[in-house]
Amino acid sequence: MARMKFLCDAERCIECNGCVTACKQENEVPWGVNRRRVVTINDGVPGEKSISVACMHCSDAPCMAVCPVDCFYKTEEGVVLHDKDMCIGCGYCFYACPFGAPQFPQAGAFGMRGKMDKCTFCAGGPEKDNTKEEFAKYGSNRLAQGKLPACAEMCATKALLAGDGDVVADIFRSRATKRGKGAEVWGWGTAYGKPDTPQQQAPKGPKS
Amino acid sequence: MISARKLILSGAVLVALAGLAGCGEKEQVIAYQQGKYQGKPDTRPWENEPGASLYTTSKWTKGDKASWEAALRSRNQNQNEYTRAE
Repeated sequence: MARMKFLCDAERCIECNGCVTACKQENEVPWGVNRRRVVTINDGVPGEKSISVACMHCSDAPCMAVCPVDCFYKTEEGVVLHDKDMCIGCGYCFYACPFGAPQFPQAGAFGMRGKMDKCTFCAGGPEKDNTKEEFAKYGSNRLAQGKLPACAEMCATKALLAGDGDVVADIFRSRATKRGKGAEVWGWGTAYGKPDTPQQQAPKGPKS
Repeated sequence: MISARKLILSGAVLVALAGLAGCGEKEQVIAYQQGKYQGKPDTRPWENEPGASLYTTSKWTKGDKASWEAALRSRNQNQNEYTRAE
């Protein structure tokens, strides 16, 4: 059984924010709401590490546990979704979530908090799939189109992986064993491959 | 002939009835039960017609979960450049 998960490879993430942009564009997320963001540890220091974070679609999701109106549900493929018609915007899920995934639009008067919005793993919500209503409330439903989340598919360095947890783990495992560890993960050879033949001598003769 | 008093009385009754119509409002609050999602049921992704949207390359049999999963697994390999390069 597929269990959808995200995995971000901190060795590859270059903090380009392409995933954030892809998510915003794909789901037409309103201003002030960030379903996905890139977090950098030791920013500016050599060896800094970045990681792209959104809803982790927890197996035992704390947001589901604390929601007073039980607006959350988990799909068969392990995606945590919620019904915006039931959400009361109380913000309990925001306090419960260790990743800060739940977001609240504040477009109303006096900074009023709207209904919660979060990453849907590009799986829409409980409206009819791929309808205008679903898109307006929850964004794109790519899973129903046989696609994977836009953030991962758009990732230029393939740092962000998304899909069935087993498949994603296999991809990451083979990658980690092939690229080595420590200093080996740095440099030209790791990024672009090592030459098959020893480096050629520079042509002799006068310089033009 | 209808007397003015009867006319006023019937008018008042009509106004009262119109006012009472507001009391016939349906219950709009969901009776919550702790720990049980009671929102709208969601359609499962494999119950959709494949190719219903633009630029879809994945193919599966409508209603067949296993074929949808297989389609996604093969699409997953696009994220694995080690297999793409070989």
